[in-house]
Amino acid sequence: MKREVRISGFGGQGIVLAGVVLGRAAAVYEEYNAVQTQSYGPEARGGASRSDVIISDEEIMYPYVREPDYLVAMSQEAYDKYAPEVKEDGLIVYDSTLVEPHRDDDVEHVGVPATKLAEEELGRRIVANMVILGALRELTDLVSEEALKRAVEDAVPPGTEEINVKAVELGARGVRE
Amino acid sequence: MSEKVEFLQGNEACAEGAIAAGCRFFAGYPITPSTEIAERMSERLPEVGGVYVQMEDEIASLAAVIGASWAGVKAMTATAGPGFSLMQEHMGFAAMTETPCVIVNVQRGGPSTGQPTKASQSDVMQARWGSHGDYEIVALSPSTVQEMYDLTIECFNWSERLRVPAVLLADEVVGHMRERVVLREDVEVVDRELPEEGEEIEEPFPLEPDDHVPPMPVFGRGHRVHVTGLTHDERGYPATDDPEVHRKLVRRLCNKVRKRAREIHESVGYDFIERESDLALVAYGGCARTVLEAAEELGATVFRPKVIHPFDADLVRKLLDGYEVLVVEMNLGQYVEMVERALDAECVHLLGHPGGYPPTPERVIKEAERIQG
Repeated sequence: MKREVRISGFGGQGIVLAGVVLGRAAAVYEEYNAVQTQSYGPEARGGASRSDVIISDEEIMYPYVREPDYLVAMSQEAYDKYAPEVKEDGLIVYDSTLVEPHRDDDVEHVGVPATKLAEEELGRRIVANMVILGALRELTDLVSEEALKRAVEDAVPPGTEEINVKAVELGARGVRE
Repeated sequence: MSEKVEFLQGNEACAEGAIAAGCRFFAGYPITPSTEIAERMSERLPEVGGVYVQMEDEIASLAAVIGASWAGVKAMTATAGPGFSLMQEHMGFAAMTETPCVIVNVQRGGPSTGQPTKASQSDVMQARWGSHGDYEIVALSPSTVQEMYDLTIECFNWSERLRVPAVLLADEVVGHMRERVVLREDVEVVDRELPEEGEEIEEPFPLEPDDHVPPMPVFGRGHRVHVTGLTHDERGYPATDDPEVHRKLVRRLCNKVRKRAREIHESVGYDFIERESDLALVAYGGCARTVLEAAEELGATVFRPKVIHPFDADLVRKLLDGYEVLVVEMNLGQYVEMVERALDAECVHLLGHPGGYPPTPERVIKEAERIQG
């Protein structure tokens, strides 16, 4: 098993953190190897943010994502830029509050109103990243729900563990229903 | 608890390795892509009773590190190309005064300010020859986040054993990526040999034997020692007009490292994956990750050194003689020159790949197929 995941959006949405949480869940709380990389410098200015994670049951050598199996898009710009690179049998999970999808082949798309759910159900727009991460996990089974929640608890700012775990659950419920 | 599993950036793992190795002083001037090392050291050092100083520049940073080391404390700085250039003056001073210290260089594209956020391996020769004069240092190159931890510890240990500056020759690939890392508590830690407290030392800098590492009479323990960058005799006093003293001094400074080349390689380790093939790939650091993947696909032998300096020509000959050798590095050819000197130069080829990223495995495979005709 080897999966390439790209999480993308704009600065301030916690894109990098979402990738770190996913990588941590896989590498620390599951028996997988994981490598996380992210955009830096001018590439990361002007609003765009990208966090890549490779998860594998074998050793990961070349560390960069070449053709994502899964794309999470939390902004239109990110969707426009990265959707064409997703494998044909891949999956695109997008924040339907913010993104209008348009890739015209039959690559699977799932829209999750992550920002809206975070705002309306939890009163905190800032946890939309965890909502969509919960949805991605539910759809792909990349890591167990338990592993993901433990990684969330480790990685988020102290005192916000509960709302972030709730956000993960909310995202999972959103795509289950 | 004897170990802790974490998911960290290479730079963060480097800082943890330094703490585990006993580093209690850091002076630095933050610079991309090494900044996370300074950041984490500024958090961690006060927790373990150490000192963190943000300096006015990189020249002063290494000066402070050398001072701390003579005060008896294990010390480190971290930088990238532009700062490494500024540190060269004091690299030479540390070599001449036999000061153990660790310099981390998370390489980025150059020359000059170059590519701040991108990876490179173009400081390989600078690490060895960047300062003037005859000297040797130890330089280690990590390929994984775990090795950012492990080889930082090795840098401290070899620096303490040999009383030389040791360079962790990292790159942006491993500095910035996150991976699983096991932070062990029971690491082997080497401390410099000290003379007995208060002992009157007649000859703190003996000229012989020619690979000798003398005990270090650090300040504050009752020794009277003169420490100078000038050519000095056994007593540590300037002897700049005596050719024999200079010859013996620099020979010892070099030989204490050169004569231990094999010992360092064996102790730090290297990857040698032998396959039924006429082709051997050679790579180190972040770039080696690409090459290990390509070699597997090609069914080729692969050599991945972790020790860059001192180079062990005999070891390279023993492992790679008879192969067509392809060296892959993120520069226009540096490590390859040492390989060419060790082997039949006509059998040594280079895929030099500057630009900010390692080549993809596909690019390496294409090059390997080209040289095999």
